[in-house]
Amino acid sequence: MTLRPNEGNARGWQLALLVVLLVLWHLVSRDSQVAFFLGEPIKVAGRIWSWFLPIAIGPSVLFPDGLAGRADIYLHLGVTLLETVLAFGIGTLLGLACGLWLALAPTASLILDPYIKAANSMPRVILAPIFALWFGLGIWSKVALAVTLVFFIVFFNVYQGVREVSPVVLANARMLGASRRQLLRTVYLPSATSWVFSSLHTSVGLAFVGAVVGEYLGSARGVGYLILQAEGTFDVNTVFAGIAVLTAFALVLDGLVGLIERRLMKWQPKSGETEKL
Amino acid sequence: MPAEPDHALELLDISCTFRSKDERGQRYTAVAGTSLRVRAGEFVSVVGPTGCGKSTLLNVGAGLLEPSSGTVKVFGQPLSGINTRAGYMFQTEALMPWRSALANVMLGLQYRGTPDEEARVLAEQWLARVGLAGFGDRYPHELSGGMRKRTALAQVLALDPDIILMDEPFSALDVQTRQLMENEVLELWAAPSTGRRAAAGPVRNAPGAQQGRKAVLFITHDLDEAIAMSDRVVVLSAGPGTHPIGEFAIDLARPRDVAEVRTHPRFVELHSQIWNVLRDEVLKGYAQQLKKAA
Repeated sequence: MTLRPNEGNARGWQLALLVVLLVLWHLVSRDSQVAFFLGEPIKVAGRIWSWFLPIAIGPSVLFPDGLAGRADIYLHLGVTLLETVLAFGIGTLLGLACGLWLALAPTASLILDPYIKAANSMPRVILAPIFALWFGLGIWSKVALAVTLVFFIVFFNVYQGVREVSPVVLANARMLGASRRQLLRTVYLPSATSWVFSSLHTSVGLAFVGAVVGEYLGSARGVGYLILQAEGTFDVNTVFAGIAVLTAFALVLDGLVGLIERRLMKWQPKSGETEKL
Repeated sequence: MPAEPDHALELLDISCTFRSKDERGQRYTAVAGTSLRVRAGEFVSVVGPTGCGKSTLLNVGAGLLEPSSGTVKVFGQPLSGINTRAGYMFQTEALMPWRSALANVMLGLQYRGTPDEEARVLAEQWLARVGLAGFGDRYPHELSGGMRKRTALAQVLALDPDIILMDEPFSALDVQTRQLMENEVLELWAAPSTGRRAAAGPVRNAPGAQQGRKAVLFITHDLDEAIAMSDRVVVLSAGPGTHPIGEFAIDLARPRDVAEVRTHPRFVELHSQIWNVLRDEVLKGYAQQLKKAA
């Protein structure tokens, strides 16, 4: 086995890069001035440990003060994930329904066109205070914010997907005797689905962003709330730990979407790849 | 018993004028004053230079396109909306890429409310008849061009239509596959109907459909194909304002083999007769395309 990077040992190289970055971070943070701004990787790891595991560790070389095993992040993480999943589900369904409806109703889309463009160009994060006013400080104001982010992505993709249905496939279905409803179910919906899936990776990320930003702007629970609290006490290590946890879970969600996509989209041809020898 | 109308499909004095989308007032008459009749059980080919409006004519017969003027009659009844007694084989890919071959063949049956189990059995029979037994679970992208055409053929035939409309269905295939498919289509066409009538409900028992053989309107630009397959060849003029300029009865004996019949002296004779009419139109059509491109 050679050490030159190739597809086979890419994982090793990726890990090596991570280790190098962590070591660099650690070395730089030996200086306490820098550590105040950048945090210390070991302390970040310790923080994640006490968030997730109920096992306390006594004082050691790495952690002179020892580690508390509080296992207290689950409530916050659960709230954030619940908001994300709710927003993702509601936003996707709404986007799918509105996209299908507007793509098939030319008059409505003609009239609503400028409003949709305006709603899409608006910086929607700024709606957070309004949603907090409407829905309170509980999870629904965060869900609402994330829904506005997810909705437009799915909506535009469905709209595009329906518009680009092959006219021949459509004519064929009509010749085979499809009614309007059957056309919707067997032609428009499957055709739009492939476009929706290409947008789901983006929208699951944005659902997460919406939930966390919502929490950050005002809440009593959630990972965003933890980060806000830590910032208030200049606890940079906890902020970084929160970022690391959020990133990991965003990756997990993205992986789940990918899994569902592979299951449902198996009819799509894989791009032709030639094997390099 | 009512008198059987002997025409399956009648296009009477059809004209189609398209308005240009970019320039208002710019009009293009694709088809002008064309009449075309297909008897029940008759195989009629329409040949003409490229871009002459053959497909337009077929879409009118299918009910996908409403003519600017003229009437379409199906078994004597004026047509409004989609022609439900016709099956259509398209020139380009018309299979749904997200459905397997079997599910594609089942599609029309499902649209008409056949229970899934029954539709599956029928679809499997039809896939077997077009030589695709065991390929039912493949998606279209996993099939070759010829296999996709066979699937499309099974999709159309599974509904047991009385009229089959074909728009250059084999133009994308290589020569060998094409001859194979042409022979198979002729064989399936000549075979008596499979007695699916009972399952299809009362609409199917409409007059004029009892002969077994289906009426076929076959569009092609390939004169050899047209003569080898049909009972009658209609030659269209170059566009704009396409109209029929010649009609030839093909009195070659059936069953025919499309490859062998080409060497028959009568075939050669017919070919030169029709080509004499067609040649000028092809040249005209080509000159127009050059002018358009310039």
